[in-house]
Amino acid sequence: MPDPLLSIRNLRIEATVHAPGEPSREVVIVDDVSLSLDRGKVMGLIGESGAGKSTIGLSALAYGRGGIRLTGGTITLNNREIRLADAATLRSLRGREVTYVAQSAAAAFNPAKRLMEQVIEATLHHGLMSREAAEARAVDLFRTLSLPDPETIGQRYPHQVSGGQLQRAMTAMALCPKPDLVIFDEPTTALDVTTQIDVLAAIKTAIAQTGVAALYITHDLAVVAQVSDEIMVLRHGKMVEHGTVQQIIEAPRQDYTRALISVRSIEHTEKPPSAQPLLVVQNVSARYGAMAKDVLSNVSVQVHPGQTLALVGESGSGKSTMARVITGLLPPRAGQITFDGRTLPRALKDRPREDLRQIQMIYQMADVAMNPRQTVATIIGRPLEFYFGLRGAERDARVQELLDAIELGKGYGERYPAELSGGQKQRVCIARALAAKPKLILCDEVTSALDPLVADGILKLLLDLQAREGVAYLFITHDIATVRAIADSIAVMYQGRVQRYGAKSDVLAPPFDDYTDLLLSSVPEMQIGWLERTLATRRMESAGN
Amino acid sequence: MVPILTLVTQRIALGLVLLLAVSVLIFAGTELLPGDVAQAILGQGATPEALANMRTRMGLDESAISRYFAWLGAALQGDLGVALSNGRDIAASIGQRLGNTLFLAAVTAAISVPLAIFLGLLAVRYRDRWPDKLISGLTLTSISLPEFLLGYVLMYVFAVKLGWFPSVSNINSGMSFWQKLNAVALPSLVLTLVVLAHMMRMTRAAILNVMQSAYIETAELKGLRRLTLIARHAMPNALAPIVNVVMLNLAYLVVGVVVIEVVFVYPGMGQYLVDHVAKRDVPVVQACGLIFAAIYIGLNLLADLISILSNPRLRHPK
Repeated sequence: MPDPLLSIRNLRIEATVHAPGEPSREVVIVDDVSLSLDRGKVMGLIGESGAGKSTIGLSALAYGRGGIRLTGGTITLNNREIRLADAATLRSLRGREVTYVAQSAAAAFNPAKRLMEQVIEATLHHGLMSREAAEARAVDLFRTLSLPDPETIGQRYPHQVSGGQLQRAMTAMALCPKPDLVIFDEPTTALDVTTQIDVLAAIKTAIAQTGVAALYITHDLAVVAQVSDEIMVLRHGKMVEHGTVQQIIEAPRQDYTRALISVRSIEHTEKPPSAQPLLVVQNVSARYGAMAKDVLSNVSVQVHPGQTLALVGESGSGKSTMARVITGLLPPRAGQITFDGRTLPRALKDRPREDLRQIQMIYQMADVAMNPRQTVATIIGRPLEFYFGLRGAERDARVQELLDAIELGKGYGERYPAELSGGQKQRVCIARALAAKPKLILCDEVTSALDPLVADGILKLLLDLQAREGVAYLFITHDIATVRAIADSIAVMYQGRVQRYGAKSDVLAPPFDDYTDLLLSSVPEMQIGWLERTLATRRMESAGN
Repeated sequence: MVPILTLVTQRIALGLVLLLAVSVLIFAGTELLPGDVAQAILGQGATPEALANMRTRMGLDESAISRYFAWLGAALQGDLGVALSNGRDIAASIGQRLGNTLFLAAVTAAISVPLAIFLGLLAVRYRDRWPDKLISGLTLTSISLPEFLLGYVLMYVFAVKLGWFPSVSNINSGMSFWQKLNAVALPSLVLTLVVLAHMMRMTRAAILNVMQSAYIETAELKGLRRLTLIARHAMPNALAPIVNVVMLNLAYLVVGVVVIEVVFVYPGMGQYLVDHVAKRDVPVVQACGLIFAAIYIGLNLLADLISILSNPRLRHPK
């Protein structure tokens, strides 16, 4: 058997953490990880944030971000040890033997340079081809990756193409120097599902055509199942399990892997709508400032007491604008909003405090939605003082009740937001919203920034609280799986309009309109061959039309 | 291309309005001083009749507003009036001296700007290591010393002890370019030391700010050399703040070099201004103020324009 292209043995990676006000300390980020990758093969690295996936991926370039150091083990690439190689050796392999595709192509492209200049830069720098040959290869790759106008798109600047196109251009940049290995670091995570499926297919085609080996890093098992030959599951910097895609999906050996696979299996039976809706949004249109076009046009939806309406759609579809209009942050241009039988004043400043109390919000980024210099008890206690005038022992008792409700025990009240994990922060935000005893909570992508298992916990908590307190949710998300898990009714948003609206069972059942069909069929499923089947179905449908 | 044209036009219009406002301020400022030009010419002992005659002859009895417009109109046509102290045409006297000042500024800029940017790049390349600390230490020392002290020290070493350069920077139109260069060597060296630190520090800070970006990591993972990466990928995105500081320093080289001109007895604008302030020669002070303001505003306008033009989002809209 030939030697593997990349062989990592007992890798240990450490970093120095400088917490403010504390002496800096060493932490182990990756511990005793070994893997071996043959030429032309694709290995998926999967795990939650903090699992060390990206760090391991970058170690194949012998690169450590920030203060990260590769402190132990061996990394052998093309039969030579690179962990301790000198700077000149590293420069000669980076961009020539191994290349890197970053999660956010929008940030990873230099805004001041044309795409072509950046795509062929490594190829020219290493003297692999003439400028003409490199440009010709780049155009070929653009074509393989189904970029529009492959001949001329290279002349554009990064801000002149879309996020999905930029991600494909980044893949072209990685493949241009004909490397042996490409590290894909969450290349589709920042994209909408309908874009993700195309980029995924483009990446898969390009890998197949160039015969390059790849490490594919992601937190989404369904995605990695489409492109990989093997999968390694990581957690807290250690390997949990390693096997073929089929074995990992169909016969996982470890509990953690099973948990990852069965994630989003929350069962929620849909409740029938009540006679009296809590919130009625009627023919609402809205736009920002002097924009020429409406961001929301003629939108009508209802939320029933104690139920959940899910607003689902891609970025830019107007979901968050809807929340801003309902809270009064953005007064609508037309239409009206009725809450609990009364018409709400259009602007926030005209609403009485009682109206403010009844509608609360939870945000996507829990850590920026809290004052970092206040303790959890102060944060949760603030609405108690503001709306109910609670003070002293009375307030403290209620804060403790709320902490119990979000399943955080004693002692958490004294902590600062920085001392909480991502999921705990979001729980505190939930407690803060609940403290006002609202009838409606607007949840804006509250689980999007969280790892799947943590997100599951938050969704369970929200459903639990709904059953106990009878609070209604307007749940904004781009994630269909979340919608299935918690919604009673669904509104599919597309370009500022409600494309499809009704009870969950109706909205998610055929016949679909074109957009809903595209949206639903683009959600990756945890089956081998899902990508090919979906694309084949689409080709047949479009040929049939 | 429409938004960028609008932006550029707006900025230029704004610069002109600002210049007009400054001209009002200069005129009003000299107007507020006690006494007037007639008093200044005739001296304390003049009779009221003589003063009145003089004022009528010079048009000083007209309203301030009409005199302002007369002055501004003449200035726009290149007529800056006549110096009171020696009766010479101001525009002619300034022309020669402004040329000298601009020559000194240009020589200094040609040395200091590339040097400052190169040292800034070097400081980023060796961040927090000895070259960075050495560069910062030396430039901060040179900016901390008073410029006249720096001037005399250099004069002592290079003119008196070594005899390489003249200690008095006298230049005239009969000299060749190289002779002139030799004459301004010492003052431009001092000025370089004065403006270097500011531009170097800003280059370093602006580039370090950009070095945090993800695209720098992308470039590093292409195997680029550190200095190539800094110059090719970081520098273009750090241009706006650097250009701003460079322009501020260039403006200083034109309008703020009075001390150095006096130390080296250099026949530039600064010397001229100081001489005539001492003689209370109001028309000359007004003319110099207006020219300095125009240069200051012009250079800052240029900085703004370069910042706008260096932004690809404005140059190439979607």
